[in-house]
Amino acid sequence: MARTASPPERTTIVRFGRTERTLHWVHAAGFFAMLATGLILYLPVLSEVVARRNLVKNVHIWSAVAWALLIAVIVLVGNRRRLAENWREIETIDRDDRRWLAGRRAPQGKFNAGQKVNTILTVAFAVLFAVSGFFLWLGERNHAFLFDGTGTVHETLTLASVVLVAGHLYLAVIHPSTRHALRGMTRGDVRKDWAEAHHAKWVEDERRV
Amino acid sequence: MRYNGWMNDRAIGRAAFLGLVGVGVAGLFLGRDATRVIGSVVPATVRGIVPTSGWRIYTIAARMPSIRPAAYRLQIAGAVERPTTLSLADLRGLPRAEQVSDFHCVTGWSVYDVTWGGVRFRDLLAQAGPVPGAKALRFVSDEVPYDDTLTLEQALLGDVMLAFDMDGKPLSRPHGAPARVVMPRMYGYKSVKWVTRIEVLEADSRLGYWEQRGYDKDAWVDGSNGFTA
Repeated sequence: MARTASPPERTTIVRFGRTERTLHWVHAAGFFAMLATGLILYLPVLSEVVARRNLVKNVHIWSAVAWALLIAVIVLVGNRRRLAENWREIETIDRDDRRWLAGRRAPQGKFNAGQKVNTILTVAFAVLFAVSGFFLWLGERNHAFLFDGTGTVHETLTLASVVLVAGHLYLAVIHPSTRHALRGMTRGDVRKDWAEAHHAKWVEDERRV
Repeated sequence: MRYNGWMNDRAIGRAAFLGLVGVGVAGLFLGRDATRVIGSVVPATVRGIVPTSGWRIYTIAARMPSIRPAAYRLQIAGAVERPTTLSLADLRGLPRAEQVSDFHCVTGWSVYDVTWGGVRFRDLLAQAGPVPGAKALRFVSDEVPYDDTLTLEQALLGDVMLAFDMDGKPLSRPHGAPARVVMPRMYGYKSVKWVTRIEVLEADSRLGYWEQRGYDKDAWVDGSNGFTA
């Protein structure tokens, strides 16, 4: 990377396209809708304040259905090739990623190793939320599908997700050196100098394309 | 694709993903005891942030009942010599029973060592005098249309009561204030909350709210609803 005395380069580079951004925000909206209604269903204190479990339960379940359908539609009609490329990169934890995770500096791709771990956890949690939620719903109607651990899994996922999202929000909104990434998820592009500092291998790859 | 000796780089992320999903799916089949062990290792600070104390509050009506203690009346009717109406003060004037028992919900959670205070059905029913042919009790909740039944024999077991105190305090609204059934040996749907009417029945054939929806009438813990000991 050539160092210049001129002020930081103001040119930008596109990180997330429409499909990626829509997927992210639909998932985020679904998560917070289900978290809010789920907490009312789960915490006795809130259940008493709101006192309308049926209504809240219906909003929770229909949010889940809407969330799942929208995710499916985005994947079907969106830029599937891009999503597949992203997932391939996210699944790949290379030597640089392992060094990064061990706390050392190492050049990173479009997703740094922390973002890869976050995405793997988020997608796995989403699958498990859907499976355990489906069995919570079905088990109430048919005891052949009533399992002792379903609620525990759903609740454990909630706790773990809240921790994960809190960290994600801190890095995306507050932490000075990483919060520029938020622009990539809202407008789509990020400053090239920022990308070179944080995602050197990605900028290099883009240049070669 | 590079290899690091035992696994290629891409397989690491994929294994982590599939492993997580596998562990989660296996977790569905965790027994309550495993859940209890996992729960006991959760640090107290985390438990403080999530103040459920193990309870989940389930209701079926549009709105959770809210009954003023002073306005509360319990009717005992049906196959009895003297149909009776009791206030909360009347209930508290009856011989008091206390017990510590576990509460098991059919959906998979349990709360252990709950302290209940209330009145045994032997003492409560003596107020109205069930007829000799009485077979069962129907508990009608203020949460319309929730109801459920116990046979007279079940209701007279030594750890069954109509409770109005829980853990040393008057029953709270989410737990069925002012009075609820406590039947520890059966899943919680038999322990009707917000009880305002007890009907003495001469036949044990009536199905409760969940039983009309396929749940077992005799809801013994670990012996009903597909669960075995």
